[in-house]
Amino acid sequence: MPFNAKIKVTLRQSILDVQGKAVEHALKNLGYASVDSARIGKYIEVSINENDRTEAERICNEICQKLLSNPVMENYAFELEHVN
Amino acid sequence: MAPINAGIVVFPGSNCDHDTEYALASFEGVRPVLLWHNEHDLRGVDLVVLPGGFSYGDYLRAGAIARFSPIMQEVVDFARKGYPVLGICNGFQVLLESGLLEGALSRNRDKKFICSPTTIRVENATTSFTSRCRPREVLSIPIAHGEGNYFAPPEVIDRLEENGQIVFRYCDARGNVTPESNPNGSIGNIAGIINREGNVLGLMPHPERASETLLGSSDGRKLFESLFDSLAGRQ
Repeated sequence: MPFNAKIKVTLRQSILDVQGKAVEHALKNLGYASVDSARIGKYIEVSINENDRTEAERICNEICQKLLSNPVMENYAFELEHVN
Repeated sequence: MAPINAGIVVFPGSNCDHDTEYALASFEGVRPVLLWHNEHDLRGVDLVVLPGGFSYGDYLRAGAIARFSPIMQEVVDFARKGYPVLGICNGFQVLLESGLLEGALSRNRDKKFICSPTTIRVENATTSFTSRCRPREVLSIPIAHGEGNYFAPPEVIDRLEENGQIVFRYCDARGNVTPESNPNGSIGNIAGIINREGNVLGLMPHPERASETLLGSSDGRKLFESLFDSLAGRQ
C-alpha cells in the first residue's frame, strides 16, 4: 500500500525571505492592514511505494535531508497519508 | 612543459561553459576539455571548473540537483584528493550543495537578478588561486546572479575568518568594504571562499567575463594565472 508524503520546506526564521516580504508588501498595498507577515516555502508531494509506515517515514526524512531541503537555511515537515 | 588540461563541467542549463572555454583557451599551454554531466570520467584533467548558469534549471534550489549528477561524484573525489576545483557563480552554488564548501546562497537582498560590474578585494593573496594578486588588491570582475546572498552560521563565519578562508569581499572602487558596496546582502560582504585545504574555491563574480581588456577588465586572468602557476610548480 503506497504512502503519499506531503512535504513542506520553509526558510529558517533567521534567513531573510525576500519573496515573502514582497508578497507581504503587496497585501498591505491592497489594503489588508491586518496582514502582519507572509513567508513563502515549497510544497512537494512524493508517492512512496512501501507497506510499512516506519520505513516510509525513514525514506521521507532521508530525502528531505539529502535533497529536498538545504539544512543550512531550510526546515522541513511532512505528513504521510495512506493511499487506497 | 606539458599542456595543462582544464576540465569544464557542462550541466544541462550551464551557460558560461563556452565563455570559460574561450577564456581558458587564451592562455598558452592550456587545453580546455568539456566534461558532460552524465560522464563518470574526468579524462585525466589537471583541474576542474564548474561554470556559471542554471544547472537543471535551478529547480528545487540552485545547484541542488547538479550536486548528484554522475560527474559530480568524480569531482568530489578529485577535490578530496587535493586537485584544484574552481566554482564560478552557479558552480559556487554546486560546491556548497555538495559540501565541498561551507554555507549556502539564498536570494539577493533586493529581490533582483543583478548583472553588473563589481569590485572585490583580495582578502587572502596566498592561495593557489590568488598568488598573482597583491594583498588587498581591488579586482574589477562582474557578477550576474539572483541567488548570491551568502549565508553561514556565525561559528562557521568565525572559522572561515580565522583560517583565512574568506578570499574575496565586495568593496568599493577604493577597496573599502561597506554596506553600500554589498550587492546582494552577503554576510560580511563575502564574494568568495576557499576550503581549509586550499584547493577548492567558489566565488560569485565571473573571472571568465573579465578575461580581456575588450570586455572592460582583464582582472579575472589573475585567478587563472595563479592557478596555472601552482600547477606548474607541481609538475
